[in-house]
Amino acid sequence: MTRAVTEEDLVQILTPDGQRLAHDIYDAYLADVDADMLRSFYRDMALTRRFDQEATALQRQGQLCLWVPVRGQEAAQIGSGRATRPSDYIFPTYREHGVALTREVSFSEMLRLFRGISGGGWDPRENNFHMYTMVLAAQLPHAAGYGMALNLEQHGWDEAKRAAEGGAVVAYFGDGSSTEGEAHESMVFANSFDAPVVYFCQNNQWAISVPFEVQSKVPLVQRAAGYGMPGIRVDGNDVLAVLAVTRWALEHARSGKGPVFIEAVTYRLGAHTTADDPTKYRLSEEEKAWAPKDPLIRLETYLRENKLVDDEFFEQLAVDADAMAAKVREDAMAFPVPPLAKSFEQVYAQAHPLIQEELDWHLQYEAGFADAAQGEH
Amino acid sequence: MTVFNLPDVGEGLTEADIASWKVAVGDTVEVNQIFVEIETAKSLVELPCPFAGVVTALHAAEGDTVLVDTPLITIDQDGNKPAPTGTPEPAEALATAAPQASEEPGPLVGSGPTADSSVRRARTNRPKPSSDPAQLRASRASALTEEISRRAASLSSALTREVDKAKPAVANFVDRVLAKPPVRRLAKELGVDINDVVGTGSQGEVTREDVNSYQAQREAEHAAAPTYWAHGELADARTERTQVRGVRKATAKAMVDSAFTAPHVSIFVDVDASRTMEYVARLKKSRDFEGIKVSPLLVLARAVIWAAARNPSVNASWVETENGAEIHQKRFMNLGIAAATPRGLLVPNIKDAQDLNMRELATALNELATTARAGKTKPEDMRGGTLSITNIGALGIDTGTPIINPGEVAIVAFGTIRQKPWVVDGEVVPRWITTLGGSFDHRVVDGDLSARFMADVASILQEPAMLLD
Repeated sequence: MTRAVTEEDLVQILTPDGQRLAHDIYDAYLADVDADMLRSFYRDMALTRRFDQEATALQRQGQLCLWVPVRGQEAAQIGSGRATRPSDYIFPTYREHGVALTREVSFSEMLRLFRGISGGGWDPRENNFHMYTMVLAAQLPHAAGYGMALNLEQHGWDEAKRAAEGGAVVAYFGDGSSTEGEAHESMVFANSFDAPVVYFCQNNQWAISVPFEVQSKVPLVQRAAGYGMPGIRVDGNDVLAVLAVTRWALEHARSGKGPVFIEAVTYRLGAHTTADDPTKYRLSEEEKAWAPKDPLIRLETYLRENKLVDDEFFEQLAVDADAMAAKVREDAMAFPVPPLAKSFEQVYAQAHPLIQEELDWHLQYEAGFADAAQGEH
Repeated sequence: MTVFNLPDVGEGLTEADIASWKVAVGDTVEVNQIFVEIETAKSLVELPCPFAGVVTALHAAEGDTVLVDTPLITIDQDGNKPAPTGTPEPAEALATAAPQASEEPGPLVGSGPTADSSVRRARTNRPKPSSDPAQLRASRASALTEEISRRAASLSSALTREVDKAKPAVANFVDRVLAKPPVRRLAKELGVDINDVVGTGSQGEVTREDVNSYQAQREAEHAAAPTYWAHGELADARTERTQVRGVRKATAKAMVDSAFTAPHVSIFVDVDASRTMEYVARLKKSRDFEGIKVSPLLVLARAVIWAAARNPSVNASWVETENGAEIHQKRFMNLGIAAATPRGLLVPNIKDAQDLNMRELATALNELATTARAGKTKPEDMRGGTLSITNIGALGIDTGTPIINPGEVAIVAFGTIRQKPWVVDGEVVPRWITTLGGSFDHRVVDGDLSARFMADVASILQEPAMLLD
């Protein structure tokens, strides 16, 4: 790395006003993108946004303990998620609702965690989509380890077999996590052992109330050179550019050449979580400046200007999205609440005298209520 | 009828103020329609309605504080209004899921610390500790040490030695005084060493009541102490230590920054403000000012704006740029008023105060003071000030050397106004006298200019009619 990264290094295929640009390298990775696929990208992004809206409402109604809004980051998530193969393994943080959709994780199941009735909610082995990780960057060493294990499993495979059947890992994290120690350790390991890991950083400009300038004085992608892996800086609100670069990165990783770092430049249009108020730390001018770069707007413009959709498409999508939201609401309210006594079983794999004593006390306590006969709360 | 209780919309909030209702009794509401805006300790939050139906009751008025998990709104879901389009049978879907009566479990969250006192479930018996607390702790300690010993036996002797070393630490941990985290916190806040408190809880734990009664006893001892001053005690007990946090910390930093970057020059002038007092009395009686609080501060604010237009370099800021320092002279006035609030010292400002007439300025001053006193001043209200006033007279102080609000170059301190002997035409007469103090950043405002500015402000207090010029 001898040259500083500039704005010209930002990969963009679809401009904010919906113009499709040509690209020497990445056009080849978009050859199969037809009208159907474009419409499905829009559909995924719109459904993710509607789900996000419904979950936020459920939190405000006291039905979720917390919600982590994703509004503004749909393109970064749908574009990258759609670039993966079902056999690839995904390590999300806790905001990757759009990626979850591309992995066919049920939106409803995702609410168990936020409703406080499960430590996870879905079986990560079914969709190769790991549990949400609440501890920032804790999933990144796991991703490196998973990638190193893949290399052991695929030892002796030739390049053709790797390209056809090889597995890869995508690790999602944010600009805030990028400065956690684990991020550094993970990238050093992955690179030293050529682990097939794509480090997908959604730089949404804010780590709760800490602006990006505090995380790094240079674009994050410049760090990739320090580890000795390729780095790509992409417009994270451009679903096509994200798809193309992630496909390139997965191909690179899969072939045994080692990890890749992607910095998807995006913006969190809403709050960090439902317990956060962004008006306390950022200016409305900044929010206004990002609003026109909304990932849904630019794809809608492109679709409409190229006559790939009609009004009916959007009307039907709105109906479908509302139905999805109503279903999610219904499912969430119907989840059974596991008895608290169950939690004692999940502390240690084997029986433990201290836990047993505490369980006995808890059962005695629960039985001590006048209305105990009505069952567990 | 379905009652919706106030949920905990943050993490661990216990109450919220009603900022504004968006619906009224009799209105039809849809699922997720915004029906109220509440202000929590963290932010303003709009609440979407969980049910469709007709509003039959609002359980609090705007400005009221509502506890989490107490009723907010009642909705008649059998209002039989059409369901919103696109959401198939939402009312039906909700009817099964929504908490309709007390038997149904309510929202999963929102039962914050204060909530369960009012809905405590009746008990037939209290769980008994399996033995007395000391014994229990001892049995726990022995269970753990036994476990450690059992495992250690199968390990090498070197490891056994390590485990032996760890035993006292484990026993120590298990022997720790029991108390719930909020009680520990209460003790810490009161400065009570929890180890000194005798626990009376069912598990031998220290309860909130134990801490409070310990504190009450301690306070009684303090009251018996003849004086505050520490005599002959250890050096540590002679100094009271308070952690510097929050607004106190921010104020301290702002003041140090200001005092050590801007060389302050302070000047004072005594003023006969009798005419200002007469003028204020007239305004109070005037019909135009009915219901608006009028005080001499209003005249001073107007005087400062007027004088700043004649001496504009006081309404400026010193800005360090890459190409050296610049002076930014403002052609607008965001007039800051220093206010003592429950959160500490804040300096909210009135935006574009130069455009306000006397009545509008009075209203703006009132709003600013009310908001500040209620602790609701928003960060943007404090940003972008260009010149400030501190009304130390309200506290009965004659004058002082104010410290300039960071980012500005001048501040005026308004002393108390009281009757004093004053010489008029060679005779001593009682007049309403006040002292104005001003501090100026000498990098921007030279002595003659600050003097002229202060003289101009004083001239208005002496003769408010000059404002008519």
